[in-house]
Amino acid sequence: MVLFVVFVAAVVELIALALGGGYIAGIIVLIFAGIFVTISYYSSSSMVLGISQAREVKHDENPDLYNVVENLCIGSGMPVPKIYIINDTAPNAFATGRDPQHATIAVTSGLLQKLDKLELEGVIAHELSHIKNYDIRLMTLVVVLVGLVALLADFMLRFTFFGSGRRPSNRGRGEGLGGALILIIALVAAILAPIAAQLIKLAISRGREYLADSSGALLTRYPEGLARALEKISADKEPLEVANKATEHLYITNPLKGHKSWANNLFSTHPPIDERIRRLRAM
Amino acid sequence: MNAALLAIIIIVVLVIVIALFIWGLYNSLVRSRMQVKESWSGIDVQLKRRSSLIPNLVETVKGYATHEREVFENVTKARAALMSAGDAKSAAEANNQLTGALKTLFAVAENYPQLKASENFMQLQKELSDIEAKIAFARQFYNSNVLSYNTKIQVFPNVLLARSFGFTQSEFFTATEEEKADVKVSFEKK
Repeated sequence: MVLFVVFVAAVVELIALALGGGYIAGIIVLIFAGIFVTISYYSSSSMVLGISQAREVKHDENPDLYNVVENLCIGSGMPVPKIYIINDTAPNAFATGRDPQHATIAVTSGLLQKLDKLELEGVIAHELSHIKNYDIRLMTLVVVLVGLVALLADFMLRFTFFGSGRRPSNRGRGEGLGGALILIIALVAAILAPIAAQLIKLAISRGREYLADSSGALLTRYPEGLARALEKISADKEPLEVANKATEHLYITNPLKGHKSWANNLFSTHPPIDERIRRLRAM
Repeated sequence: MNAALLAIIIIVVLVIVIALFIWGLYNSLVRSRMQVKESWSGIDVQLKRRSSLIPNLVETVKGYATHEREVFENVTKARAALMSAGDAKSAAEANNQLTGALKTLFAVAENYPQLKASENFMQLQKELSDIEAKIAFARQFYNSNVLSYNTKIQVFPNVLLARSFGFTQSEFFTATEEEKADVKVSFEKK
């Protein structure tokens, strides 16, 4: 994670350098990036919930769901997160927030309809494990940083194509060569950085899914519940309308049901469901 | 001269390392003990909720089933025992006793269709079963904390110091054999 932050900072710095501005511009870009990251970090969970059109539920509106969440929280000794329902018939769920004190868990109404209580417990336990293991913070940070890299890389590419033509002539001769070199490096970095950032995001996300599966099973003491829930959710062919590329990694299973291929596997935010079920059943 | 200095340095370093180890050990034991206490209060809250529902439940059942004095007495006695229980072990015993007494109460209620249909009774029954589920989860959390605390004070070399610092083992909160059997049955049904 620290490496990732350093990587992002380096990309930011490199881009600033390539833009010809030396250290002062670099510092300015870093400050803006810092402000961007801070704001996104604190507002990301309400943004995600807004994008997903989720609505908060209190105890009296859905006591069954609330009790499942509350009981599992008692079992793992954590505060009860806010509970949101997404009005969508595709069964899915996610957790978001910064830490267990500022966490939210969201389920679709389809999930509540299609799963029985033991399966729902499995899913909720999986999401609570994401909260307890601080995966939600990690994923929020990763999303923010990946977004930043993508934004800057995009900015950089536009700037080089449209704005750099006349710059070398304004400079001294010796600087021209060095500047061009930095420009090329930055250009390559700008193209590669979003891809690298994306791959890092995927790798983190997939490892965390297995961890949440097993700690969730430890909490319910009934891995079969989550295994059956995953089977049901993956058998359901309906895509989740409110999910998109930016929020897909948050969900318990990939909400965008794409066609299967090896590239899909490489770029998937989730490990294959069959493998997850197999590991759960082997517990 | 040099050798003596070296010896002194080694001794000082050793003393510092041991002191740091004891410091860390003491703090981690305190932390574990606090976690056990904290998770005990999680069970205690639910036990209190459970016992505070009992008088209401007894009154409701009395309204329909007037002749089941013995059953009411058992429930009330178990509740009193639960409320006065001080430590985990006696609380667990009293709670198990109450579970047994409530089971007879609900079995008796089966004979009174009007009682079974009463909204108040159904509400109480639902609330009780919710509390029982919460007790089970709180027990799971408590017991896992007790397990890690008890392990921590018994492994070597901690065991040499834990006793003299006043860390003693905590009791597990155990379910009755009946309750365990119940859980199994309910899984099979689903």
